[in-house]
Amino acid sequence: MAADGDLKPIKKLSLKENYALLTRGLGWEPTYEKKEEIFRTIDFEGIKIHDWEKWEDPFRLTMDAYWKYQGEKERKLYAIIDAFQQNNGQFNVTDARYVQALKLFLNGIVGLEYASHRGFNILGREFPGVGPRIAAQMQAIDELRHATTQIHAISHYNRFFEGMADFPHQFDRVWYLSIPKSFFEDAVSSGPFEFIVAISFAFEYVLTNLAFMPWMSGAAFNGDMSTVSFGFSAQSDEARHMTLGIEVIKFLLEQDPDNVPLVQKWIDKWFWRGYRLLALLATMMDYMLPKRVMSWSEAWTIYYEENGGALFADLARYGIRPPKYADVTIKEKQRVSHEMWSIFYSVRNAVGFPVWLPSAEEMDWFSEKYPDTFDRYYRPRFEHWRELEEKGTPFTNMTLPQLCQVCQWPCIYTEPDDPTEFVHRETEYQGETFHFCSDGCKDIFCNEPEKYVHAWLPVHQIYQGNCFPEGADPTAPDFNPLVAALQYMGIKPGVDGGLMSQHVDASRWEQWTSRPANLHEGAITQAVRKTT
Amino acid sequence: MSNIQPVFIALQANNDTLPIIEAICSDNPQAQVNEYPAMVKINCPGRMVIRRSSVEERMGRDFDLRELQINLISLAGEVDESEDEFVLFWKA
Ligand SMILES: [Fe+2]
Ligand SMILES: [Fe+2]
Repeated sequence: MAADGDLKPIKKLSLKENYALLTRGLGWEPTYEKKEEIFRTIDFEGIKIHDWEKWEDPFRLTMDAYWKYQGEKERKLYAIIDAFQQNNGQFNVTDARYVQALKLFLNGIVGLEYASHRGFNILGREFPGVGPRIAAQMQAIDELRHATTQIHAISHYNRFFEGMADFPHQFDRVWYLSIPKSFFEDAVSSGPFEFIVAISFAFEYVLTNLAFMPWMSGAAFNGDMSTVSFGFSAQSDEARHMTLGIEVIKFLLEQDPDNVPLVQKWIDKWFWRGYRLLALLATMMDYMLPKRVMSWSEAWTIYYEENGGALFADLARYGIRPPKYADVTIKEKQRVSHEMWSIFYSVRNAVGFPVWLPSAEEMDWFSEKYPDTFDRYYRPRFEHWRELEEKGTPFTNMTLPQLCQVCQWPCIYTEPDDPTEFVHRETEYQGETFHFCSDGCKDIFCNEPEKYVHAWLPVHQIYQGNCFPEGADPTAPDFNPLVAALQYMGIKPGVDGGLMSQHVDASRWEQWTSRPANLHEGAITQAVRKTT
Repeated sequence: MSNIQPVFIALQANNDTLPIIEAICSDNPQAQVNEYPAMVKINCPGRMVIRRSSVEERMGRDFDLRELQINLISLAGEVDESEDEFVLFWKA
């Protein structure tokens, strides 16, 4: 119409303007409720925020773009998962040992994605600023997507292998899964600022590259196109979350100088908590990938020492220093995976997956990658254990371990300057003695003893009789407390743990694929011998 | 004071990212490409820029820098994103 002829077309908004309208235009000041009644957890930690408007989300992702690109990621991912399933991809991985790592992933890590979803929902409610609320809400949706895509992708493996069917049950009960579970519950039960520093910065920014980059690349290298695809799909969200992590830190540090010591304390605490959690991953990388991309020690050098070094050099201008005990992590990088695998091997009858001793080829690889430690400390141990296996008297440890009150790992780590001596720290609080795996964990306890005395430690609970299946009768003459505790955890005694060479996953693998269950050790059944 | 702390970007190794990686290398002469199984990690001292125009030239179509999200694995550095450039940098 003629009258419209005068109107200029509306100028297309720039990315920055678009994002500003979403994060500033949609917020409002409450009038009939007091602000402190609406945001009740925002003050108690002592963080001072003067101006929430100073928050900048560098990705400036608007809702339309968010749904569009997330939808595209999902379509891509499901195309690959479909192809994987249609083509029996589960039998194309290197060997049956690789699948054992997926059990740890499903039972121990997927629950963290869901816990993270819950945590970011809480932040999306608790933060008064609109920018961070939107970022937290998007992340909450992302984390739910991670949990569901991981469950969906791994469910296909569950049709063929033991030990995956009860993952939510196991996450809540299995003794070593209390390590990841308690990590996230510790974070969720802190205040909103501590949670975001813990998860977005210390965990996601500083540490998750280690989990997702070399590990997922390793999954690809071992032929698991399903896992690498959900891993990279999740990690593409993670890159956005990490950027949120660094934005949070800068925002808190720039808002008030009084925030600096609080943030530093949380960085120290959550770096150490996260590092201890990642010991699980060190083991998965070094021992559970039949074909390896890089060692844990190399990954730590690249992703913590080099990239973390750059990050903390950048933060120095705010008066932030690298996390306390970072030097201990560097001393431990030559030892941690070997110490962990020794523990899993020795308690293999009480874990949810079978274990094995490293082959001659693998030990040579360790000698090369761990020149200062492997031949001196671990090769003789594994060779001795192999001799015992060959004699038919494999080494096992039937005693439940002493757990660390904070990280909940057994106290299996060694002194920073002496790999032959266990670290054991303790302190007294209200007349009771508490035990720790490290100075890092002891410090965390001593800063907040009233929180950590409540830790639910599986070994203590088993000894107190709180971990038996319903209806169990501990006075019955044939009652076996260890078997009952395993049943309670969702681990099938005699099926799920033990030695790989005797495990049902291994014999079925050989029947189905005609390939050895352990690439380096030769066949254990006739199914392979007939064809090779 | 010039900064030489490394920033990085890691992308999935696939057909979508080939022209992006090429564009990064030509716009950042100091970029160093590391290939891993399924993944390409590009390190660069101090600052790295991804230019929309350079990517479009190599892709032969329009490219919205937010499409990077689809094949992005990880990054390090502070981010500044506009319609034309996606920049990673350290301030210190
Ligand atoms: Fe996630
Ligand atoms: Fe500990």
